Amino acid sequence: MKNAIEIRGLRKSYGDVDAVRGVDLTVAAGEVFALLGPNGAGKTTIVEILEGYRKRDAGDASVLGFDPGTAGPDFKARIGIVLQSTGIDPYLTVAETVALYSGYYPHPRPVDEVVELVGLAEKHDERVLRLSGGQQRRLDVAIALAGDPELLFLDEPTTGFDPSARRGAWEIVKSLAALGKTVLLTTHYMDEAQYLADRVAVIAGGKFVAEGSPATLAGRDAEDTWIRFRLPAGAEPPPQVASQQPEAGGYLAVATEDPTGDLHALTGWALDHGYRLEALEVLRPSLEDVYLELTGAPGDDARTEHAASSGRQRRRRR
Amino acid sequence: MKLLRLTLRQVRYTNKTFWRNPASAFFTFAFPLMFLVIFTSLLPKGDVQIAGLFVKQSTYYVANMAAFSVITACYTNIAMSVTFQRDAGILKRTQGTPLPGSAYLAARVLHAMLMALLLVVITAAFGRLFYNADIPAGGTLLRFAVMLIVGAAAFCSLGLAMTSFVPNAEAAPAVVNASILPLLFLSGIFIPIGDTSPAWIRWVARIFPVRHFALGMSAGFFGTPFEWKDVLVVAAWGVGGLLVGARRFSWEPRR
Repeated sequence: MKNAIEIRGLRKSYGDVDAVRGVDLTVAAGEVFALLGPNGAGKTTIVEILEGYRKRDAGDASVLGFDPGTAGPDFKARIGIVLQSTGIDPYLTVAETVALYSGYYPHPRPVDEVVELVGLAEKHDERVLRLSGGQQRRLDVAIALAGDPELLFLDEPTTGFDPSARRGAWEIVKSLAALGKTVLLTTHYMDEAQYLADRVAVIAGGKFVAEGSPATLAGRDAEDTWIRFRLPAGAEPPPQVASQQPEAGGYLAVATEDPTGDLHALTGWALDHGYRLEALEVLRPSLEDVYLELTGAPGDDARTEHAASSGRQRRRRR
Repeated sequence: MKLLRLTLRQVRYTNKTFWRNPASAFFTFAFPLMFLVIFTSLLPKGDVQIAGLFVKQSTYYVANMAAFSVITACYTNIAMSVTFQRDAGILKRTQGTPLPGSAYLAARVLHAMLMALLLVVITAAFGRLFYNADIPAGGTLLRFAVMLIVGAAAFCSLGLAMTSFVPNAEAAPAVVNASILPLLFLSGIFIPIGDTSPAWIRWVARIFPVRHFALGMSAGFFGTPFEWKDVLVVAAWGVGGLLVGARRFSWEPRR
């Protein structure tokens, strides 16, 4: 199948600020793709260019075969948009709102089905005015789904949600992906990207700094694993393992490329001396660690170095 | 045809939200009648001299409150509610759907004009019933209708243009009222102005569309001469509003 989104060398400035500085991106049809990055990194600008709200300064962009900069109602009929902030008329009911928007599309989904899908069936005839923030956000999603779009843009869809509401929203996205919809998602929650996305791009300072599957992003799978435990009082550090780092509270952290072997050596050493390795844990770098390493202060030349050490600091604090 | 269908459907939803918003519905409909009662009670009874003709004070106010209600329903209502919708992100959301922006705006204008028509009918009926005011009939009715439609459309257009000067929803009531209230007074809507009024007031009245619109409406009620010039001035302002709106109108919240 064709790619849903293709962009090459995308650029956009607001005055002196270069919001997007040369981005290439391909999203296959049926894929869930997450743009991950801190506030102001350029996520929303990219998404709004693809939705047709903003004109790009340079580069090529194709969304479902349309140029989003010039496409009209035919293009809008095939996409669904959840903007970063919700805007719904407060005086209509949930069902009226969905019906209003369905009417704009050539092949809408049945209103009740959409209301049910986002879990607002109980609020079917409630005015928007009386919905909670989370419920309004779900109505946002319902409106985006009203036209049965092939491609869905979700700009920070769960910001401000409580944990159970987030889970609910995730299940909705999962079910859309199962229906073969393409989803472009922005988020600053690592777990959200990890749970939902087939692929992730990390953006900082208007550029992609890494791209890949959540499991392998930025060599995450190849990075060192850490073994950490509390060194028994009076014990000498074990001689069997290299690259040890003593930490506050009597902890010892060991970076290892061979967790199985090193763990075996350590536990053997502990048993030989009759030590208990308290608070023993094996840590793989999380997506969050990778993210923090990648998105350190933008524009700072020493950023990788600095971010890498602060990332490690975080890990040590655990 | 499809555009027309979408527009009419949008009018229905605009109407639904209009009546469910207590503030907009109440003030748009209650103010003209309230002012009519207040002014006719407050000011000295007698005749008002217009273009050499003496008209009953009550007829004078029925005509002027009819004009005022059109301005409220079209200019004030559109300028405020479209600003609110813009700042709430509703306009931006609409832009993300296949609904053409023109259909959305046409629906707003059409709805406001229908409300204006309804208000004029109510005001005239109220005036006829309680004040025995003269109301437009016969040949004057046709000319009256022309002024009403041109005026309503022009004030809608000016209302849309005005949204581009309102920085945000909180400022909307202040900015919109500041732009229209002084003009209503200076155009003789509330207190008659005539040849003895200060020259600057008469100049203001001559330049802006409110006075011309009110005179055109009044001609239907008073039997004073109907000047096509008045229609032209109001229409010109409407076209001006359209040009400004086309250049400056924003579908996204302004920050």
